[in-house]
Amino acid sequence: MFKLWASIKKDLLLLTRDKVGLLLMFAMPIVLAILIAAIQNNTFKIVNDNKVSLSIYNNDSGAISKQFVSAIKDAGMFNLNEFNKQFNGKDIVAEMKETDALVTILIPANFSSQIENKSKVLSAMVFKDLGLGGDSVETNKSTVDPITLYYSPVLQATFRQSINGAIRSSLQVIENKQLIKNLYTLVDENKSSSTLEDGILNSQIKINEIAASRNGARNIPNATQHNIPAWTIFAMFFIVISLGSSVVKEKLNGSFVRLKTLPSSYVISLISKQITYLSVTLLQVAVIFTIGIYLFPLMGLPELNLPSDLSALFVVSVICGWCAVSYAICLGVFSQTQEQANGLGAVSIVIFAAIGGLLVPSFAMPDSFSVVMKLSPLHWCLESYYGLFLEGGKLKDILMSIIPLLGITFALQLISFWGLKRKNLI
Amino acid sequence: MNTAAVDIQDLDFSYSNPPHTCFTGLSLKINSGERFGLFGPNGAGKTTLMSCMTGLLPYDKGSLYLLGTEIKKHPKEIKKLIGFVPQDLAFYQELSPIQNLDYFGALSGMDSQSIKKRSSELLEVLGLTEVKDKAVQKFSGGMKRKVNLAIGVIHNPALLFLDEPTVGVDIQTRHVIINYLKELNNQGTTLIYTSHQLSEAQDLCYDIALIHDGKIIEHDSPENLFLKHKEKDLEGLFIKLTGKNYKEENV
Repeated sequence: MFKLWASIKKDLLLLTRDKVGLLLMFAMPIVLAILIAAIQNNTFKIVNDNKVSLSIYNNDSGAISKQFVSAIKDAGMFNLNEFNKQFNGKDIVAEMKETDALVTILIPANFSSQIENKSKVLSAMVFKDLGLGGDSVETNKSTVDPITLYYSPVLQATFRQSINGAIRSSLQVIENKQLIKNLYTLVDENKSSSTLEDGILNSQIKINEIAASRNGARNIPNATQHNIPAWTIFAMFFIVISLGSSVVKEKLNGSFVRLKTLPSSYVISLISKQITYLSVTLLQVAVIFTIGIYLFPLMGLPELNLPSDLSALFVVSVICGWCAVSYAICLGVFSQTQEQANGLGAVSIVIFAAIGGLLVPSFAMPDSFSVVMKLSPLHWCLESYYGLFLEGGKLKDILMSIIPLLGITFALQLISFWGLKRKNLI
Repeated sequence: MNTAAVDIQDLDFSYSNPPHTCFTGLSLKINSGERFGLFGPNGAGKTTLMSCMTGLLPYDKGSLYLLGTEIKKHPKEIKKLIGFVPQDLAFYQELSPIQNLDYFGALSGMDSQSIKKRSSELLEVLGLTEVKDKAVQKFSGGMKRKVNLAIGVIHNPALLFLDEPTVGVDIQTRHVIINYLKELNNQGTTLIYTSHQLSEAQDLCYDIALIHDGKIIEHDSPENLFLKHKEKDLEGLFIKLTGKNYKEENV
């Protein structure tokens, strides 16, 4: 036991001397978590909370275009900026570039009269089809000049499509309203019943929204809940730089050789390294989670909400940390130089993070990546954490993510042991 | 009865990758309390033989007893009794001498009190007390060599293997190291030493062996070997016995 304690003490002392390693293990992931969370938080806000700022250039002075603008306002998705001047496309593009506006629509001149004409044609067609009169229908009067949607090229296609859908829906409302009005006019009714109009125009069917979480809680996804676990995992695995090169250094500087002549075993050193660096990974978890809980709200970012099952969170953190340590040792055992361990370690972690869903969400990856993704230990770490943080799961709910992670960890330990044995180092 | 410190009989050793036979039927006996020097040109097999003796390399055939115990059968017991000062600076240069001694002392099986006492003695005798808390990486080459030696002897080994312990050090440091080795030997530690510093070896060793092409070609006291080969120093003897082959090897 004294030998193990002496080894742990030595590893801790070496760790405190490794300033660059400490910086990579703590400062880098904290900065990344803050930066990425801040950036994503804005996107989440746009999706969840904020209204989209929409500029409307209305070249039409009729009543229907005003109704259309009002319908867009009623959709509740936009903050409108209205401009009732004559604008052309070039003016709008220049204006958007100057104001950094994301979305603008241009309502063409004669929009109201064209909608009016179109609804008259359509109502006449209805009457003709029903045999109620109207022998000839002037279908050439049913064309309406298009509404133009200008958007910033940085806007994501899905977001643009949802804006387009909201505008189309508003357009549908005023077109239908005008059609109903004309139908009533044709049957000599001056005014339609507002209840009937509302019944036709507005869907009365409710859409219930239920979050598919394990505990039934309606968690709104926010950047912190996504980023803190992801970058904590990244930080844990980045110990590869310090631990991997520490193993290589011991192999190269003769400490291994000296240890072999002592009444001790390198296995003690390996256990010591695992305990030391596992403690480091748990410290990383504590530091980054604490920052998420206390510092993020002060920075205007959403607070990190810890899962209800804290013991499961601890178990998952220990397993993730152990997997990271095992990977670093394995890399150290097989690397010939410190440069090799550092380079290969950093690049492999970035690749594992990319394919594991830390940099790009796994649902956004192509189907062909579904197998490759499962090879990344970071993927299983992330799945385990998300099971607790986003789905409100308990330990038993995330077993299917923990088991592969343990499998990878044991495999890495065995490979390291085999590598040391093969090189006659133990 | 005086047990031999080292008793090697018919030792065979080969490297597997690339395949290369190092020794066949090598025998060597070194008495306890001896100051033994093993010399030979580069590639003669000195380091390999020392690696077999310290248990770093497992030999293929024959027997190798250290202090009366066969190393293959009781490696852990043997390792408690031997010390090794490798040619490389085999310790943690980021740490201080005292931190290195704490760690290697513990792994040698010592308790914290013994480590403390012994470290203090060693640092004093080797002139490292003033720098005991400073990181070794800032030390001169000579001071690093002293730390390397201190770590090898922290547990007071009965048998000490030294692979070129004074390589690259100034004359003053060499003097300190050699004097300390003599003192250790006076206290009963058997020294097994290799070096290319032949004048230093002549001053230190009572018993020498010359190894060449994996064979012990001479083994006696320096005085007897000088008489036998009509040479007046170790350097002349070395060149006489290995020089021709050495030149051929280099060609």
